[in-house]
Amino acid sequence: MTETRELKLLSVIESVDEAAAAAEAYARDLKLADDVVFAIDLAVRESVANAVKHGNKFDKDKQIELTIGKSVAGVEITVRDFGTGFRPEDIPDPTDSENLLKANGRGILFMRSFMDDVEWSNPNGGGLLVKMIKKL
Amino acid sequence: MADITITERQAGDVTILDLDGKVTIGEGSVALRSTIRRVLGEGKNKILLNLGRVGYIDSSGIGELVSSFTAVSKEGGTLKLLNLTEKIQDLLAITKLLTVFDVFENEADALSSFN
Repeated sequence: MTETRELKLLSVIESVDEAAAAAEAYARDLKLADDVVFAIDLAVRESVANAVKHGNKFDKDKQIELTIGKSVAGVEITVRDFGTGFRPEDIPDPTDSENLLKANGRGILFMRSFMDDVEWSNPNGGGLLVKMIKKL
Repeated sequence: MADITITERQAGDVTILDLDGKVTIGEGSVALRSTIRRVLGEGKNKILLNLGRVGYIDSSGIGELVSSFTAVSKEGGTLKLLNLTEKIQDLLAITKLLTVFDVFENEADALSSFN
């Protein structure tokens, strides 16, 4: 049985690759199909990138906590930062015609497109926790 | 090892940039941005991005494609895409950017479209 993997990451861009590599390895251990591995990899990349840039704002004194595990619901991934939090509903829809040529703002769209369930919460101790599930 | 290598070649007045690697947050996106800016600075504003060997792209990479498109358009030029992998095609469809970019599967057709 594949145990839950936990990583503590620095708030640097390089952590995105580190997190994605761990997620891919976990998914490969479960012998998941390539498209599922890709989905998990991308969702982890986007959520960790958001935690680095927008959550912890590259603060070297703040870590990012990543967990990757399996439950009856599927593969569960959590990414927790220690920033000030945000409201997903405040993020403009990048597919609106007025936003199509904006350089940023597509990460959450990808998370929602490739994972079956995405939820944000404000955990005790501050920051933001995003929980994503990929059903198997 | 670099995330991405970008090779430049010329076909008439069209600059073809062959990308090989990952266009993701960090090095890959920065490399694409730098190359586009340099090419525009050299007065070349017809640019074809060959993405056939781009194994991975994330939202930052997609954003860089959009920024490149905007930058080239502002210079009165045109940026088009060639050889999208199925995954990149899917990402552009999800983001509705297939309505923005001209996309080609054949280099000859792509080059003809610039004239």
